[in-house]
Amino acid sequence: MFDIDRWQELFDAIRKNKLRTFLTGLSVASGIFILVILLGFGQGFQNGIRHEFEADATSRVWVWTNPTSKEFKGLNPGRSIWLKNENIDYANDALDEYLETSSGVSRVRATITYKGESGSYGIQGISPDYQEIENVSMTMGRFINQADMASNAKVVVISNKVYREMMDKEEDPLGEYLELSRFNFKIIGVFIDNGGEREENRVYIPRTTAQTVFNGQNRVNNIAFTLKEDADFDAAVARSKEFVKDYETYLKQVNTIAPNDESAIRVFSALEEAKRYYSLASNIALFFWFVGICTIIAGVVGVSNIMLIVVKERTREIGIRKALGAKPWAVVGMILHESIFVTALAGFTGLIFSMGLFELVGPSIEVDYIVNPSVDFNTALTMVFVLIFAGALAGFFPAWRAARIQPIVALRDE
Amino acid sequence: MIEIKDLHKSYIMGSNSLHVLKGIDFNVEEGELVAIMGSSGSGKSTLLNILGMLDVADEGSYTLDSVPIKNLNEKKAAQYRNKFLGFIFQSFNLINYKTAMENVALPLYYQGVSRKERQEKALKYLGQVGLAEWATHLPSELSGGQKQRVAIARAMASEPKVLLADEPTGALDSTTSYEVMELIQKINDEGNTILVVTHEEDIAKMCKRIVHLKDGIIEKDEKIEQVRASEYV
Repeated sequence: MFDIDRWQELFDAIRKNKLRTFLTGLSVASGIFILVILLGFGQGFQNGIRHEFEADATSRVWVWTNPTSKEFKGLNPGRSIWLKNENIDYANDALDEYLETSSGVSRVRATITYKGESGSYGIQGISPDYQEIENVSMTMGRFINQADMASNAKVVVISNKVYREMMDKEEDPLGEYLELSRFNFKIIGVFIDNGGEREENRVYIPRTTAQTVFNGQNRVNNIAFTLKEDADFDAAVARSKEFVKDYETYLKQVNTIAPNDESAIRVFSALEEAKRYYSLASNIALFFWFVGICTIIAGVVGVSNIMLIVVKERTREIGIRKALGAKPWAVVGMILHESIFVTALAGFTGLIFSMGLFELVGPSIEVDYIVNPSVDFNTALTMVFVLIFAGALAGFFPAWRAARIQPIVALRDE
Repeated sequence: MIEIKDLHKSYIMGSNSLHVLKGIDFNVEEGELVAIMGSSGSGKSTLLNILGMLDVADEGSYTLDSVPIKNLNEKKAAQYRNKFLGFIFQSFNLINYKTAMENVALPLYYQGVSRKERQEKALKYLGQVGLAEWATHLPSELSGGQKQRVAIARAMASEPKVLLADEPTGALDSTTSYEVMELIQKINDEGNTILVVTHEEDIAKMCKRIVHLKDGIIEKDEKIEQVRASEYV
């Protein structure tokens, strides 16, 4: 391998066929390049999906209602269904084994005014648990607590966005009053939502306050839960399904909804959704692998093609060499050396280019669902070695055949 | 040096088999310069190929320098060729992307001779054929006669027991042919055993012995008075 004469021979042969060598190299290099890019985007897509689901608690279950769509027990379709406080209590009692946190959400329609300026933001009445469900962090003050709930306190937690848009930077919002309709609510905290600014178009007040002050009775618009954690993702998904099924059955029962009414009670389970997206992401990644491998195969076919031509072209030379005393393995070695060298060089070139591209461009890619496309270096390196091995194998058979030719036959070849 | 007994060789051409050599008995002593003559199809090239281990006989025995040449695998054949034989071909068979010196050094490479020594030897043999100044030239930059002289230098480089020349002058004009034959005679004068296959009468007469082949058998085997090529040049 480190025989200087072998290398000399190799470079002589390459110099003689610059274009052919270049094209072979190009097919191999682009094969690796495409593979790495595809794998990178597969990874980026998976990262992106994960990132999207990190926005809220991953085990979140979200329940809301629509008018009924089916006639049941003499009740007409089109009847409005309301979720109520007792529905939350039921879940906390009867289905406690599944639940980590729970919160009703009462939406309030009211204008928000601060020092004469009004803004249009959502107002949601929620429980303390909601902080975890929405994955909200406090930058100032505190979130709604149980004491606020018990006393129907007129307190409000505003988002960082609301704070930025309605108040001066220097102003300390804590203790100031925000006017919701005609009522003054004391600001007790500022939050940021880890899901990004589009979830910051709102303020939070205690659910009990929302229901009493704004005449919401005991109704809630949504109920949100998070489920107890499970180390195993699939087990967690299964538990989530069980819980959803039980709870849906219960809600249909108490509201006299047809068991086969698909639209009245709507449930979103982040886990099931995540599973769908994860499997979508991994399928896409798999597909990218498949395409990548096909590209590599095309590269290998290219290499073996070229090696066949090389052997064909050099048949006479091989005959001369054999007549001069070249042993079969010397011939095989000579041809393999060229094939391996070209594939290796081209493979690494493709690898370096694609990795470099990711290094350069990857972190600045800001598209939904694609985050930091990158490739595990070892995986890529392994692919290069697989390619080199395949290239060697592709070169081996023509080389072996060439080495077996009787020198007289090879010499006769014009 | 060479002992051949009852050598047979057939080629399968489609459905019929062509019996090319039909029992050849033939000995060559050390230092001989033998011409093998015959019209085309007489089997002379086949005989030379078998002698050169480039081809294998169907029947008969072949002993080269007291070594029986029999059932050789490729590796062994390559070794023997390298050690015992030097080839000179009609079409020179130089490797076209290698310089004259590299071509001459090639058999030494397969002997495992070190790079430096190879170059020294290659230059020495190029000098002997009068082409020292052309050492760094590619075959395409040489004339036919020069190419054949490089090929002769290459055949000599591994210091073989026997030189086998297959129509060495076949692709050359007569003046150049005589120059090449002069070189072959000179090498023979130094004690090397040489076999020359030719169908040209004048070339054969420059050897010391002529073996006439016809239809696969030896028709005539005669020692002759050698004509020195230098007389023509």
